[in-house]
Amino acid sequence: MDKPLTRNIKADGSVATLEDYRQSGGYEGLRKALSGHTPLEIQQQVKDSGLRGRGGAGFPTGAKWSFVPMGENAPATKYLVANADEMEPGTFKDRLLMEGDPHQLIEGVIISAYAIQASSAYIFLRGEYHLAARRIREAIAEAYENRYLGAHILGSDFSLELHLHTSAGRYICGEETALINALEGKRATPRAKPPFPQAAGLFGKPTIVNNVETLSNIPHIVNLGVEWYKSLSRSADTGTKLYGVSGRVKRPAIWELPLGVTAREIIEEHAGGMRGGFQLRGFMPGGASTDFLLPEHLDVPMDYGSVGKVGSRLGTGTMILLDDKTCPVEMVLNLERFFAQESCGWCTPCRDGLPWVATLLEDLLAGRGRAEDLATLEWMCSFLGPGNTFCALAPGAMEPLQSALKYFRADFEKYLPQPALTGGVHA
Amino acid sequence: MNLSPAEIEAIRAEAGRYPEKSAAVIDALKIVQRRRGWVSDDSVDAIAGLLGMSAAQVDSVASFYNLIYREPVGRKVIHYCNSVVCWMQGAEQNREFISRCLGIDAGETGADGEYTLLPIVCLGACDKAPVLMIAEETYFNVDQTALKRILDDGGQGDG
Repeated sequence: MDKPLTRNIKADGSVATLEDYRQSGGYEGLRKALSGHTPLEIQQQVKDSGLRGRGGAGFPTGAKWSFVPMGENAPATKYLVANADEMEPGTFKDRLLMEGDPHQLIEGVIISAYAIQASSAYIFLRGEYHLAARRIREAIAEAYENRYLGAHILGSDFSLELHLHTSAGRYICGEETALINALEGKRATPRAKPPFPQAAGLFGKPTIVNNVETLSNIPHIVNLGVEWYKSLSRSADTGTKLYGVSGRVKRPAIWELPLGVTAREIIEEHAGGMRGGFQLRGFMPGGASTDFLLPEHLDVPMDYGSVGKVGSRLGTGTMILLDDKTCPVEMVLNLERFFAQESCGWCTPCRDGLPWVATLLEDLLAGRGRAEDLATLEWMCSFLGPGNTFCALAPGAMEPLQSALKYFRADFEKYLPQPALTGGVHA
Repeated sequence: MNLSPAEIEAIRAEAGRYPEKSAAVIDALKIVQRRRGWVSDDSVDAIAGLLGMSAAQVDSVASFYNLIYREPVGRKVIHYCNSVVCWMQGAEQNREFISRCLGIDAGETGADGEYTLLPIVCLGACDKAPVLMIAEETYFNVDQTALKRILDDGGQGDG
């Protein structure tokens, strides 16, 4: 099975060198793009490949690029930004790509910048990824030395400057318009759209923000072709995906697998199943802001369409497991405290609603809950849901809550004070 | 001027990477903090002067980002992850152990100025939970034995 994204990732955690990367076909995609393809042809290839954004939303990458103004009347300055702000709880896949094979990301950035004719690019890296920062910095320097970056890349007409920006915390920086504000040296609050970043983004110029894993796919699509890329997956969604499992399994880790493998294969075969003494009660398919699914969903293919059909999202593809020794209500409280803390405070439903949700859950767990609190929590799920906020943070925060209320209702109810007549002791 | 020539040079180099020099304010805050441990009001004023911003603009940014410290911290800051996967696998027990060893609660700095203990959001190493970060080192699969060693080594271990 072909694993293009991780073929150079070493088991001992050391970095793939420029030489390692070249020997596996590295920078061949860039050479092909610059010598034989127009920017619009590269855009078309990526569109035809079916690649969907790997940051969590799954938006088709080629379609995203197609909104960038091109041609002679397009602004002279455009930007390509790599979203390396991996902060979705439960997600640890981009770290692997950046620490293990930084040149793959850099080549992806260069080809993507060529495709939209950007003259500057930034890698926006979360501040805590110190090892990735060191390795990316070294790889960028090597890329300049070898004329993969700078003026007239590989003797072509295309020039690109690439800078690494290390951030200073806050989950909201992963939201692409908040990221743009952060890169401009501002508070990371999301922007109202329109205008979309493709028209007016970083410093008011056309800007594309793509996730690290998304960009790491680009060199392979250009080098090995659309048909090869489409042959990698087991579903309508193309390519491979970095899948991860954390929680109480025998071997928590990341694996590159064809898009469309089932959750069962990932959890039981690759992660080795549950640890002794623990049963699977549920799982979040792709990070903290995806709806819980149940063991009955284990045979659902983990692709964008199939996971959507059963009421959740593939998200980042890194699953968090809920086991039978963990209280789902306490788990949801941990998640909602995270989202409440990380709200940027820009819009009211999120800023005021999320702490309210957390407080209701705290009260419930402390035995101070009231019967109507569960209805209030359900009301919050729609009030903080899609369409009421500037960005997806609050709607994302409601996904674990609404699904937990649906699937683990009895766990919530058992914390409610019981009427004296029923009188039972509830464990 | 509160900033050293080396700091000013480093900040100007960062400012050159953006079309507007105020975009380098986060880099500037990090440069100052790396040398001084935290960002004082004087540093905020000096950065504002250097980047053509008001002190209020600089502080609005400094106060937003959790990895910028606007008050003094210990020589080492322990950031323990308390997000969902680490929470599930013992983050709070680790926090209690650290608190007992160092006599400080989350958010506090010890009297000797050695350690500050702070929670942090998911550090992106959930397959090795629970994890914590001290300075630029991340420590994986942390249990009490590991914590004892880390604290005995003074947070200088090999992560």
